[in-house]
Amino acid sequence: MMTPTPAVLIENLNFSYGAARVLEQINLSIMPGEFIGLVGPNAGGKSTLLKLILGLLEPQTGRIEVLGQTPRRAARRVGYVPQFPNFARDFPISVVEVVALGCLSGSAIWSQRRAADRAAAQQALAEVEALDLATRRLGTLSGGQLQRVLLARALVSAPEMLILDEPTANIDQRVEGEIFNLLATLNQRLTIIVVSHDIAFISAYVSRVACLNRTLLDHDTAAVDDHIMSQLYGGHIRRITHRHPHHD
Amino acid sequence: MTDFLTALIAHSFLQTALLAGLLASVGCGVIGTFVVVKRITFMAGGIAHAVLGGMGAALYYGIDPLLGALAAAILAALIIGTVRLKWQAQEDTLIGALWAVGMAIGILFIAKTPGYATDLMSFLFGNILLVPPRELWLMAGLDGILLLTVGVFYRQFLLVTFDEEFARLRGVPVTFFYLLLLCLVAITVVLLIQVVGLILVIALLTLPAAIAGHYVHSLAGMMGVATLLGGAFTTLGLGLSYAPDLPAGPTMILLAGGIYIASALLSHFITHRQARRQATI
Repeated sequence: MMTPTPAVLIENLNFSYGAARVLEQINLSIMPGEFIGLVGPNAGGKSTLLKLILGLLEPQTGRIEVLGQTPRRAARRVGYVPQFPNFARDFPISVVEVVALGCLSGSAIWSQRRAADRAAAQQALAEVEALDLATRRLGTLSGGQLQRVLLARALVSAPEMLILDEPTANIDQRVEGEIFNLLATLNQRLTIIVVSHDIAFISAYVSRVACLNRTLLDHDTAAVDDHIMSQLYGGHIRRITHRHPHHD
Repeated sequence: MTDFLTALIAHSFLQTALLAGLLASVGCGVIGTFVVVKRITFMAGGIAHAVLGGMGAALYYGIDPLLGALAAAILAALIIGTVRLKWQAQEDTLIGALWAVGMAIGILFIAKTPGYATDLMSFLFGNILLVPPRELWLMAGLDGILLLTVGVFYRQFLLVTFDEEFARLRGVPVTFFYLLLLCLVAITVVLLIQVVGLILVIALLTLPAAIAGHYVHSLAGMMGVATLLGGAFTTLGLGLSYAPDLPAGPTMILLAGGIYIASALLSHFITHRQARRQATI
């Protein structure tokens, strides 16, 4: 039987910003259909690793393949939800326009598919249960609403993989659960990588946890114990086991 | 104002001035909106001032100063844009340097060209009453280029001004569209220099779009309203300056500046009241 091509294959990856080494000897293989949680302390290199996978940064040494291609080529097949949006919140644009812009690509510069893209945007908004926001101005959205809109923008181009950087960092716990339930549904057809600071919360949703603090430790969710946690965060960590109300 | 309307019918130079103002307002509405939402006013100021180098050189060598201005503006736009994309830390220093060096080159050339004083003042502060009728065709042509380019690539410009990183991920050629946008800013600067001169250009480029942004919440809507406001400011400025024999450019800018301040206060008041009303619901 043929082994499927990994969605992400990283071999011996190193990356530095100037003299500061951020990632060291990273090896990671993510198979299609996986739901991976990438956790670790602040400045541990999580966002940098995502940017390398997305082709926004080039590794100094090592190899990255995404969906069997170079990261830059594969970026169009990947949906991305950033931690800090790179736009001004008061930009004069409606929600449906933001999502429709996700349909644009470099290969269709001359195409004028405005109506088709708008219809696709409405469908993507419906999928994230945010169709009622379509005509709203971007600046009037709450944190949770904005995350749903950015998720719709990532989904509108029908990607094969979804990458989310701290998607629930600035929203309340109830909405956090709703968004992760949505991701669990999307995982039925998409490979998902999610960066999070909250290992306890995401472990209920993800199939595997990759712990990153300059180097990477890869574990099944069940295997994350006190020893791994203190190795990752570099100090004494007390783990509290608790249940979340939104798991089912 | 009645004197102006009577004179407008009688004198063709006033009709030419009015048309020049209206043609310039198309650029100020469409491209000024991008300048405001992308927050590149300082960059546009750098381009506008660097233009004097090209104007001075063209004047010295006996070429149409407007063509010299166009060449210098596009060169400045490409240099500033490339540095912004590739060498971000030094962006503001380079804009400042280009701003001053462009002006210094221009002043040196103008100093060595006969008729220095008059020309320098009209380049710096504009003189809409001296726009030759043949320049209207050039201005209309430049407007045509602006409208066609923005019409064809509207969504690409929207995405690049809204979220560069996302545009890059989607494979949209960000460098190309960013530099193209700055070239359109350069063309607009040249259009507006005819009307208000290069020192005041930045006000006419940004104030109508900024006022529109107080009330209109779509990019295309802002462009439309800013174009109408630009037309109103140039026409009213021309009319108000005529009877007391004031320079038209500064009159237009004072009018636009006064309305901008009033509008900013009004919009702040409206937003504040809406927020208070929502808090009480």
